[in-house]
Amino acid sequence: MVEVKNVSKKYGDKLVVEDVTLKIPKQKITAFIGPNGAGKSTLLSMISRLIKKDEGEIYIDGQEIGKCKSNDLAKKISILKQSNHLNLRLTVRELVSFGRFPYSQGRLTKEDERHVDEAIRYMGLEEIEHQFLDQLSGGQKQRAFIAMVIAQDTDYILLDEPLNNLDMKHSVQIMKMLRKLVDELGKTIVIVLHDINFASVYADYIVAMKNGKMVHVGQTEQVINHSTLKHVYDMDINIQNINNCKICVYFS
Amino acid sequence: MGYRAKLSILSAFAVLLIGIFLFMGLGSNWDYALPRRTVKILAIIITSIAIGFSTLVFQTITNNRILTPNILGLDSLYLLIQTFLVFLFGSTHVTMLNKNVNFAISLCFMMLFALIFYQLLFKRAGKDIYLLLLIGLILGTFFGSLTSFMQVLIDPNEFLIVQDRMFASINNVNTDLLYLSIVGIFLVGLYTLKYAKYLDVLALGREHAVNLGVDFDLVVKRLLIIVAVLVSISTALTGPMTFLGLLVINVAREFFKTYKHSILTAGTILFALIALVGGQLLIEKVFTFSTTLSVVINFIGGIYFIYLLLKENRSW
Repeated sequence: MVEVKNVSKKYGDKLVVEDVTLKIPKQKITAFIGPNGAGKSTLLSMISRLIKKDEGEIYIDGQEIGKCKSNDLAKKISILKQSNHLNLRLTVRELVSFGRFPYSQGRLTKEDERHVDEAIRYMGLEEIEHQFLDQLSGGQKQRAFIAMVIAQDTDYILLDEPLNNLDMKHSVQIMKMLRKLVDELGKTIVIVLHDINFASVYADYIVAMKNGKMVHVGQTEQVINHSTLKHVYDMDINIQNINNCKICVYFS
Repeated sequence: MGYRAKLSILSAFAVLLIGIFLFMGLGSNWDYALPRRTVKILAIIITSIAIGFSTLVFQTITNNRILTPNILGLDSLYLLIQTFLVFLFGSTHVTMLNKNVNFAISLCFMMLFALIFYQLLFKRAGKDIYLLLLIGLILGTFFGSLTSFMQVLIDPNEFLIVQDRMFASINNVNTDLLYLSIVGIFLVGLYTLKYAKYLDVLALGREHAVNLGVDFDLVVKRLLIIVAVLVSISTALTGPMTFLGLLVINVAREFFKTYKHSILTAGTILFALIALVGGQLLIEKVFTFSTTLSVVINFIGGIYFIYLLLKENRSW
């Protein structure tokens, strides 16, 4: 379980994350939603130690992340940020192999190769595994990066807007894949989403943030309602029940 | 063609050039010429390793393909230290006369500078490569101006001694330093072994590296110290060679088309070796010493640099 206790982060004088306390349940998808600048990505980056927190504590399976060895953490928790520009020319397979670094330190064993194969198969990248990343479409590239995270084989996977720049088909594909990761492999996924309908349909828990504060948290059915969303987004959102899914109509 | 084959061809070519350099027209005075040529070759090998590896590591930690450690003003700093020592103590003081002492002092200052630079800039402005470049450039110019300022003030005879230091070249190898440099390179090599495995991952960028369990700040700091030591060694031994690192590393990248640092390191060093030995042969046999190696290298390197800028412009 990931436990966040009274965590804050300041940039200059501006508090971007303010006193957030949160428990992220295991083997579920937890979605962070909220308007731009609410501090979702910052919180995610702090949980994954990419940026330092100014105050508070973050425990992963009972251990404070500041006191863990970085390499041990890399076997427990992985993160994928939204922009993944690389200065290197890598093939898909080479990229996915990097996911094994915490275990292999660069020398892949048979066991590592097996994990790489599995991750590539899981994301349906077999046919393009020897192509270079810069020749791929946005969706394929995103899948390759997710495959790298899968190869890292961590219990916790943090994803920062993985659906950014993806079309509907690829977005749905990736969300289904994540659902499978949770249901079949027992991973815990924390994901920042901008489209609340994806959160509503695929997430188990929702954490809503606004102006650096956590304003709502709970099971998806409890959070997706008119008054909560009005509070979070300052918009009147009409919620319809379609095929047993709560769909938010916010376009007009 | 595999990496191994390419590396073998390069090694064979380098060995061939070294052979030509050592044995061409040796004549009857070989017992005089050969040791001298050997010293030159040893200096070239050390310089190749130092320049090639330091540039590769620096490009990896800054995540940029057109930077060299010179951008931090490291080699201008070396010249400044030399001038400053003469300025302060005069050319007959132990710090100038005993080259080992001199080298140790320079090395300490340069490592100190690298650490300060790291603390002030890498950590804070780590993401802002342009600020880093700008400040490095300004510092380089600042060191240069300070150097010439002090040179104007000192005694002309002492100036000659400083100048001799500044235009170190392969014809004018700092022989006293050669053995110290060999030991230095060996120690750096041992120290690097521990961090070498991180290089590939560091090239992915900070966020990926941290995610994959690399203690980024610590590793970058250590690597930066290694870079400072290597630049000190090569500058002390054969003088500043601005473009060589940039030239050879990019040729190596084009030639091998890989991200693997194990191969790139070997490739870069071999290319540096070929460029230096080949260039030195040109200087000695074709230009009959009418110009210096650094002029040739900077000329070719400059042209290649412009080509790189134009090419990078159109994203690759």
